[in-house]
Amino acid sequence: MREAAVVSQPNPLQRIPGVAIVLVLLIALFSAIAPGFLSVANLSNVLVQSTILTMLALPMTLIIMTEGLDLSMGAVLTLTSLCVAIVSLATKSMLLGLGAGLLVGAAFGFANGWLVAIVGIPPFVATLGTLGMAQGLSLIVSDGQSVVGIPHSVRDIYSATLLGVPVPIVMALVTYAAFHGLLYHTRFGTYIFALGGNREALRYAGLSPNKLLIAVYAIGGAMAGIAGLLMTARMNSGHPTAGLGLEFDAIAAVAVGGTSFERGNGWLLGTLLGVIAVGVLRNGLNLISMPSSVQVASVGVLVIVALFLDGLRSRA
Amino acid sequence: MTDISKEAMMPSRSFLSQDAIQVFYRLLAALLICAVLAVLSDSFLSLGNILNVLRQASLTFFIASGLTLVVLTAGLDLSVGANVALSACIAGTVIHKTGSPALGILTGLACGGIVGLLNGIMVTALRIPSFIATYGMLWVLNGLTYWYMAGETLHGFPAGFRQIGSGYLFGLPIPVYLLLVFLGIGTLFAQRTIWGQEIYAIGANPVAARLSGIPVARRLLLVYAVSGTMAGLASIIFLSRLNSAEADIGESLTLPAIAAVLIGGTSLFGGVGTVFGTFIGALILTLVLNGMNLLSVSANWQPLVTGIIVILAVWLDMKTRRRAQ
Repeated sequence: MREAAVVSQPNPLQRIPGVAIVLVLLIALFSAIAPGFLSVANLSNVLVQSTILTMLALPMTLIIMTEGLDLSMGAVLTLTSLCVAIVSLATKSMLLGLGAGLLVGAAFGFANGWLVAIVGIPPFVATLGTLGMAQGLSLIVSDGQSVVGIPHSVRDIYSATLLGVPVPIVMALVTYAAFHGLLYHTRFGTYIFALGGNREALRYAGLSPNKLLIAVYAIGGAMAGIAGLLMTARMNSGHPTAGLGLEFDAIAAVAVGGTSFERGNGWLLGTLLGVIAVGVLRNGLNLISMPSSVQVASVGVLVIVALFLDGLRSRA
Repeated sequence: MTDISKEAMMPSRSFLSQDAIQVFYRLLAALLICAVLAVLSDSFLSLGNILNVLRQASLTFFIASGLTLVVLTAGLDLSVGANVALSACIAGTVIHKTGSPALGILTGLACGGIVGLLNGIMVTALRIPSFIATYGMLWVLNGLTYWYMAGETLHGFPAGFRQIGSGYLFGLPIPVYLLLVFLGIGTLFAQRTIWGQEIYAIGANPVAARLSGIPVARRLLLVYAVSGTMAGLASIIFLSRLNSAEADIGESLTLPAIAAVLIGGTSLFGGVGTVFGTFIGALILTLVLNGMNLLSVSANWQPLVTGIIVILAVWLDMKTRRRAQ
């Protein structure tokens, strides 16, 4: 089993160039044209702002490795962020708020997994349906209004530091370590490779691919719950459209990071670099006063180019 | 070669009768919803409301009809809503700048068609899976539209142009006539032309279709271009009906269009479905949303209900097909 995992890991030397080149090019470009880009304050800002995306892109990597997709992640993040806001406002407890976010997120993830694995609906349509549901619930629970007056305990998470390192970055690093351990050093991780690569083998090994698939989607939903806490803390409020579309940045990071949409292999470090690349792109365009619309279009182009290159590689 | 070609055509022919049954069930469902709404709400059966439902359904249908062809090939076009927004904004600008509605309409259709063609190129030449290619396109178009409009709103169009979306002819809204025209064209194209049958064949079995000599890439290009052009047409109707254009008008259009296609019985796995089914699908969805409106349910509930309907529609479709096999 272990060996199978080692074999299906992409050769890093083959992979590093793609996303690393993109990242270096973007950094070089914005160092040249965007004043203040290379300052420590700005770079640490890029990293802190990338933490929410990291929390979505890592589970998205696992989901895409199973030849799936989760279009509902941004909408679920919006909903969990609202849940965190509403519950922490009512109970004055950050932990209860986080618990509510986790619960709602995991429930949506579970529903996604159930629709994909058991009902057999193609992932992009199943999660498009749950996207609508999460978006609708966000509007309903908030009545279309912002939720303000969040307790300090929630707000402080975004601005606090631990040994000089911002807490969101600590959370993102811990998340990365957990996903790395999960994917490369546990049986469950090996099974995830098999879900994309060879589902039959799982069945012959006496495992249930459906349960594993549900677990992968549920992890995605739960992570959206944790990201919801960060989102609420960052905005110091809950807003019914806050996270909409963020799944696209996550998909972009995964695609740029070299995870294939068709071959069941994934690379977590690539996704992390992809997250930073997306963050640098948005930050740099922002610094040269490009409106957010241009940022959105640029990320769209980035995805299409990355997928095109992926298609070329898979045929080579 | 001809033998294989015939075999590839067979599925679509033999599904016709089953398609008829599926459409019949959906018509029954639509009537049932009508009956329930007529009981629950006094204003449902008023002429004004019924015309309103038809006009609303026609807007969804224009987008969904082109999308039906895409789904018939086992593809998906998630960019239709964003395409409507961009086309409407560009067509609106052209009408403002030149004062000529005809030129604006042509530009809107062309803009939609070009976007569709680009989708087709990504799917065929670049071989990017359709749902992800068109999802990328969605965000590119969104970005372009917001950048182009820069927060502005276009409004105030010539009275003649506004007739297209809000005018009446013999007591019926003009979009309803357009609906009938495109329902006819779409049905004839899909069921009665070689190209239409080839589209079914591609969806049913792309390998068999290619082996039997169907130019798969060219048909796919056509299908995505048609879907884009229909989004362009919808943008014209929107522009003329709303008498204004804003960057965000497309955001709530994609999910209902996909819902209409799926409720209408077109299979996500390709090769099965009809344009007429999509019309019924658009009608059912509009009836549900209209009913919620009449029963004064907040509009905030619409995305939730549409999402549930999408999933229910696919689930029911898969269940009935599994039983049929």
